[in-house]
Amino acid sequence: MKAAVIVFPGSNCDRDAAVTLEAVTGVKPAMIWHGDEALPKVDLIVLPGGFSYGDYLRSGAMAAQSPIVRAVKAEAERGVAVLGICNGFQILTETGLLPGALMRNSGLNFICRDVDLTVERADTAFTNAYTQGERVTIPIAHKDGSYFADDETLDRIEGEGQVVFRYATAEGGSGNPNGSRRDIAGLIDRTGRIMGLMPHPERAADAALGGIDGRRLFESLTRTLN
Amino acid sequence: MKARITVTLKNGVLDPQGRAIANALHSLGFGGVEDVRQGKLIEVELKAADETSAKTELDAMCRQLLANPVIENYRVELL
Repeated sequence: MKAAVIVFPGSNCDRDAAVTLEAVTGVKPAMIWHGDEALPKVDLIVLPGGFSYGDYLRSGAMAAQSPIVRAVKAEAERGVAVLGICNGFQILTETGLLPGALMRNSGLNFICRDVDLTVERADTAFTNAYTQGERVTIPIAHKDGSYFADDETLDRIEGEGQVVFRYATAEGGSGNPNGSRRDIAGLIDRTGRIMGLMPHPERAADAALGGIDGRRLFESLTRTLN
Repeated sequence: MKARITVTLKNGVLDPQGRAIANALHSLGFGGVEDVRQGKLIEVELKAADETSAKTELDAMCRQLLANPVIENYRVELL
């Protein structure tokens, strides 16, 4: 599997994503600067975490209008898989590739800690190395991660099985950290090729860094896209 | 030409910043405060042939970038 990681001014998880991708796939991903004109032919595009263009106006709003993201949209329309992590998820909602919006955390604080998630879908290109209903622990690091969509949209995305990860609120779970509606932590689009999530799987992909529950997301993609 | 764009959260969208401001006002003794909603004010200077074309353009700016229609409403005024 060949991957590209988009690097915006203000991205700060691009290298973590690259290290994890290389560790899992054995192939160095292409690092694509936001000013580059063309994307190489790849199987997966990663929009990494960080604060693209300073997150001015709204998180991800500037990036969503950038020429490189227009190129990513065109690739996504051709069927290339796109993974948006944290700021990448915010960018995907701002472009309209994923429904809803990510707003200021309900407690107003930046939260950086491990959270428990429930795997709602283990049959996607991004999650097939997990087990349905499994609980995993992956860190979050964000201030604007409160997922919002209106009731009608929420019912639709739930009905179409677009919720892939939820914050684990049942007994023993770490709960909903940011006020996200219906505890939504990660979503997939209708085509099953575009996924966004607020937690950082690339930060939980090496035992030396405290956990490996995120690694299987990249293993799933490798398995699917090879 | 100068325009003022006001971006506000839609009804029903939780505004934790507005709530924090309301709490702060309460603690300052402004007990009559019932609710606070925080928005954004954006001023744009632009060249346009007339008011109609300016409004059309400003409306497009709001839809494409300045407001997120999922969570926000906007109002455009020419000054």
